[in-house]
Amino acid sequence: MTATGSPGNPNPNLSKPMLVHHFLRALARVNRAAPKQSHARRSRRIRCAAYASMAAAAGPGRRWSRVLLRRLRSSPSSHRRRISVRVARPPRIATASSRVETLRRLVPGGRSLGYCSLLEETADYVRWLDAQVQLMQSLVDFFSS
Amino acid sequence: MSSRRSRSRQSSSSRITEEQINDLVSKLQSLLPEARIRSNDRVSAAKVLQETCNYIRGLHREVDDLSERLSELLATTDMSSAQAAIIRSLLM
Repeated sequence: MTATGSPGNPNPNLSKPMLVHHFLRALARVNRAAPKQSHARRSRRIRCAAYASMAAAAGPGRRWSRVLLRRLRSSPSSHRRRISVRVARPPRIATASSRVETLRRLVPGGRSLGYCSLLEETADYVRWLDAQVQLMQSLVDFFSS
Repeated sequence: MSSRRSRSRQSSSSRITEEQINDLVSKLQSLLPEARIRSNDRVSAAKVLQETCNYIRGLHREVDDLSERLSELLATTDMSSAQAAIIRSLLM
């Protein structure tokens, strides 16, 4: 189910079965639809499928997953840049650090989050990203054997 | 277009405490692989953020690399018959 974050919740459930389900389904789709596609195009689709599966499995309870789902559903093949609408930002702690800014860029949706929320989102994002990478590695090992 | 309002997840008081931040930073530190930060040491928040950024960038690169490798491997695979075997091996 959705991992709703709250400050006191140290270990939201990370559902690996959901991750496997979404990613395998996406892989099968890529394979079915485009067996003759160029390697570059196929690997790009797989890459998008990885982030889409992550976000789908994590559910809409997180900023990063919502942002990814929105981003990836709108014609991923086009390189059109979205016009981002500036949202009013919550008052922030003055951590005028470039590291924080880098983190904001690396975590989807991080730009308009307060510092505390950013740290929470980051932890969640890292957990899921880690799980996705492990899954992909397992699949590579499986297909290589 | 969506009119989402960003709500920061914090306790009911509007003041974010130092302790809350330290807790969150420790949580991040615990997610980093052992090689990057010795988890027994108490390291600075700045260091944790730095290593977290590096770690995320590394994970993004791994997703790219693994996508390439999967693309090569999938070219010669019949996914439908492999799926059941994959699921078994991954989840057991």
